[in-house]
Amino acid sequence: MTPTRHGRHRFLAGAILPALALYAVFVLSPYAQAFYLSLTDWTGVSGQVNFVGLDNFTRLAHDPLFLAALRNNGVMLVVVPAVTIGLGLLLAVLVMFGGRRGSAIRGATSYQTAYFFPQLLSLPIIALLWQFVYHPNDGLLNGLLRGVGLDSLARTWLGDPHLALWAVMAVLIWSSVGFYMVLFAAAMGSIPTELIEAATLDGAGRLVTLWRIVLPLLRDTVQVAFVYLGVLALDGFAVVQVMTVGPGGPDNATEVIGLGLYRNAFTFSRFGYAAAMGVALFFLTLTLAVIAMRAGRKERVELA
Amino acid sequence: MNLSSQLRRYPSRRTVLGAAVAGAALPILGGCVTGGGDETTEAASGAKTTDNPLGVPDKTPLEVVIFKGGYGDDYAINAEALYKQRHPGATVDHKGIQKVGEALQPRFVADTPPDVVDNTGAGRLDLATLVGAGKLTDLAELLDAPALDDPAKKVRDTLLPGVVDDGTFDGKVQALNFTYTVWGLWYSKPLFDKHGWTFPTTWDAMLALCEQIKKAGVAPWTYQGKYPEYLNDPLLAMAAKAGGPDLVKGVDNLEPGAWKQAPLVDAATAIAELAGKGYILSGSEALSHTEAQAAWSQSQVAIIPCGSWLEAEQKGVTPAGFDMVMAPTPALTSGDKLPQTALQAASSESFIVPAKAKNARGGLDFLRILFSTTAAKRFAELNSTMPSVAGALEGLTLSSGLGSVKTAVDAAGANTFTYRFRTWYAPLAKAVDDATGELATRRITPAQWSTRVQKAADAVAADSATKKYQR
Repeated sequence: MTPTRHGRHRFLAGAILPALALYAVFVLSPYAQAFYLSLTDWTGVSGQVNFVGLDNFTRLAHDPLFLAALRNNGVMLVVVPAVTIGLGLLLAVLVMFGGRRGSAIRGATSYQTAYFFPQLLSLPIIALLWQFVYHPNDGLLNGLLRGVGLDSLARTWLGDPHLALWAVMAVLIWSSVGFYMVLFAAAMGSIPTELIEAATLDGAGRLVTLWRIVLPLLRDTVQVAFVYLGVLALDGFAVVQVMTVGPGGPDNATEVIGLGLYRNAFTFSRFGYAAAMGVALFFLTLTLAVIAMRAGRKERVELA
Repeated sequence: MNLSSQLRRYPSRRTVLGAAVAGAALPILGGCVTGGGDETTEAASGAKTTDNPLGVPDKTPLEVVIFKGGYGDDYAINAEALYKQRHPGATVDHKGIQKVGEALQPRFVADTPPDVVDNTGAGRLDLATLVGAGKLTDLAELLDAPALDDPAKKVRDTLLPGVVDDGTFDGKVQALNFTYTVWGLWYSKPLFDKHGWTFPTTWDAMLALCEQIKKAGVAPWTYQGKYPEYLNDPLLAMAAKAGGPDLVKGVDNLEPGAWKQAPLVDAATAIAELAGKGYILSGSEALSHTEAQAAWSQSQVAIIPCGSWLEAEQKGVTPAGFDMVMAPTPALTSGDKLPQTALQAASSESFIVPAKAKNARGGLDFLRILFSTTAAKRFAELNSTMPSVAGALEGLTLSSGLGSVKTAVDAAGANTFTYRFRTWYAPLAKAVDDATGELATRRITPAQWSTRVQKAADAVAADSATKKYQR
């Protein structure tokens, strides 16, 4: 090993090790401690901690609130990524290929900017705004419905257990669809024009080009989007906490795991139990990511 | 009710805080659980004299942590100045903060807490948990010490009814609450005068009045639907008056079948009646407290249930000449066990002296000063809120709302009551809130309401991991 190479190793180690140490202290060790705490009855105010084994997890399996949260997060996991990705793709296609002869429409950038705008607001602010939109008496949504004579469709959106979860999901989708539209549009922009031109020369129509050329090439991007949106759907805490009755209601219709975790830790002072919820959530998210990445691996488009 | 009142007054902060905290929760708690020390530090103490009945040590610093919320912390700074006068040479370290729990949790775990804490606000530490973990000083000695303004009286005897009880856990007084909150039904006196309405004292009269109000084109009732516990207050108050103190005790002690007693089912029926007859402003079930209270302040609605903080909370949005008045809930039956003037009353803004405080004696004496008539009067002046010290409002010019609260408290005398299950068993409180929300939208019947709540109470009673309290 030459002295210079040795020096470079030392330099690299010097640069990376502090970062790794920080990561270990502030990311890995809390996780490890959370795993440990989930096996205890820690109350959060006392140094005394009793080991209770898997008790917390047994309780979780019989906790109606946790089960309601699992169900709601499950629905969100199915609906939010699918609708967001669908809408994002649709909008991206319209912007990128909606112009004459399949080119980008005029002012594509300004559309992208407008759609991206919700991404600039923090989620609690978005939730607060939408709470006004859903206001049963003076809200924008009911006002609009009444304004066009559809009085019978006006609802107490957040006060009705059958609608509240959908109202919350609509906000999550609204807040993220712009970002994914921009992401997909960028991915579409990077598709080599020769490919599209070749397809056109072969006589492929717009729809065929889209279906056979563009979408398959976006697979990786969509996959990443799915994982991110899946994580978003497994959370939902901020929007539910700000907007819904209770929060988590009415009658637990919008209960999510994050909310249960927060409530158990900070209202009920059951930090051990809350840690168990966190561990459960950790494994759910991990499973989701693994499945999503595996599912995409099989059908990769060969460009060569 | 009692302590949770603080929680519902600040949902916006709670939500923002919540979003931030939940993400960081596990790392934070992971970091501090292992930090607890075992060393036992003996708190300093001095000689007990007439001037210094609690034996505060000379020249020992005092650390005070105050929740700086709706009441600010000027009143505490005022009391600290008095403390320094009484204990020359002592320095006072004052901290006015908002996230009491976040700041103090690690210090309780490490057994290095401050000397006196105003444990209030959305982020406060759960009192029952602190008590269960043995983290608090028994305040009996303070209560038996001579009052500052009138040494002939004990501190205990200068407090309003129920205050000592509110801080008592298993026979030991562990917290002392500084503000006195009463719950009732609120209306605008000029609005009622204009229509010739009088506030009813029986439920039948209430229903008759609601019919009149509705005819006049005003919605009779609304409630802060996003937090259904606001509607629990009139429900549980009417049940308590009909069933008397034994009913309240039975509920709090988790007695089997307590929630199935007739007065509770009748009170639930009364609330369901309001909804069934269309007397509740439509959409109320989805309104936040600010939205519902705004509708009431704009006279779209005649009556709203709330605690006595309402006037202060509505300060910025109440039109001139609105002159709000609080009335006790109507009597459910003619055979009610408590008079109609009886009030649901509880103290909040709870002050604690940690067991491991370095200057616990100083903490106790600080509370003796804070709970003196002089300091309490200053608080009332600053905040238009009733302190839990008797006579603190005497001689002050009171606003319409606060004046009506004082009148109601005087009329109730010793007939006050409060449920303790909210502080003792938070999960049960949530179950009651959920059920009442469903009741008010008529998605469940009063019978289903009582069955549901009873089931939740039984579950708490059967849960070996929950510490039980008796009263």
